[in-house]
Amino acid sequence: MVEWTDEERTIINDIFSTLDYEEIGRKSLCRCLIVYPWTQRYFGAFGNLYNAETIMANPLIAAHGTKILHGLDRALKNMDDIKNTYAELSLLHSDKLHVDPDNFRLLADCLTVVIAAKMGTKFTVETQVAWQKFLSVVVSALGRQYH
Amino acid sequence: MSLSSKQKATVKDFFSKMSTRSDDIGAEALSRLVAVYPQTKSYFSHWKDASPGSAPVRKHGITIMGGVYDAVGKIDDLKGGLLSLSELHAFMLRVDPVNFKLLAHCMLVCMSMIFPEEFTPQVHVAVDKFLAQLALALAEKYR
Repeated sequence: MVEWTDEERTIINDIFSTLDYEEIGRKSLCRCLIVYPWTQRYFGAFGNLYNAETIMANPLIAAHGTKILHGLDRALKNMDDIKNTYAELSLLHSDKLHVDPDNFRLLADCLTVVIAAKMGTKFTVETQVAWQKFLSVVVSALGRQYH
Repeated sequence: MSLSSKQKATVKDFFSKMSTRSDDIGAEALSRLVAVYPQTKSYFSHWKDASPGSAPVRKHGITIMGGVYDAVGKIDDLKGGLLSLSELHAFMLRVDPVNFKLLAHCMLVCMSMIFPEEFTPQVHVAVDKFLAQLALALAEKYR
């Protein structure tokens, strides 16, 4: 089981409390699709992803970004058992969506960059350590049910 | 995944904008590397203090960033231009190339923190590609 210190819990909760889920979700997913264009393979039904501008203007992508952030919120609310909280979601990504789990890491990295831009110098070393630990637990849980 | 001429221009432009803070970014990036990925400290066992923010870490971060800036100037031929650095990393330092990616990520985070407006997704992809090409050039002589 993952151990969280009180400080780590505070840091993670504080980050989420400052986030506009729509803004950060949209920005992170767009950035992922632009920086790692092969991730677009999973978004064939999402309309125009022709270039960076159309991706950033795409309302379906924006909505999906928000959905992802709300999904992360569930991990936040269940920090002591992310593995089981995400079991169904992991199966979904494996069996229905057929997403290569490496993509979770790519999106996580983009999320980190977007939050770093939002928080500026408040994104201290300690903050980054806790944040990336949280994301690595999430990424691991999402990949866990793959078979 | 080589850089288009537009992306090369984007990289040069952004690094030029960044130059007043390049020391800070280098120092911060290496500090974050050893903090977020503690296994990277294994390369610095010869330092008294390899903790994030320590003097040797900051100093070395600045050195590395200097190397990255040098590489920007050689962006049209990274493999050729970085030959001796590659030999250094291959035969002397023997840093596992997976760590180049980890440091690149930390650099991107610092760039994003310090230049949130300028570090757009388009700049991000160009710089990420450049750092990946740089890592490849550094690993050229490994085997």
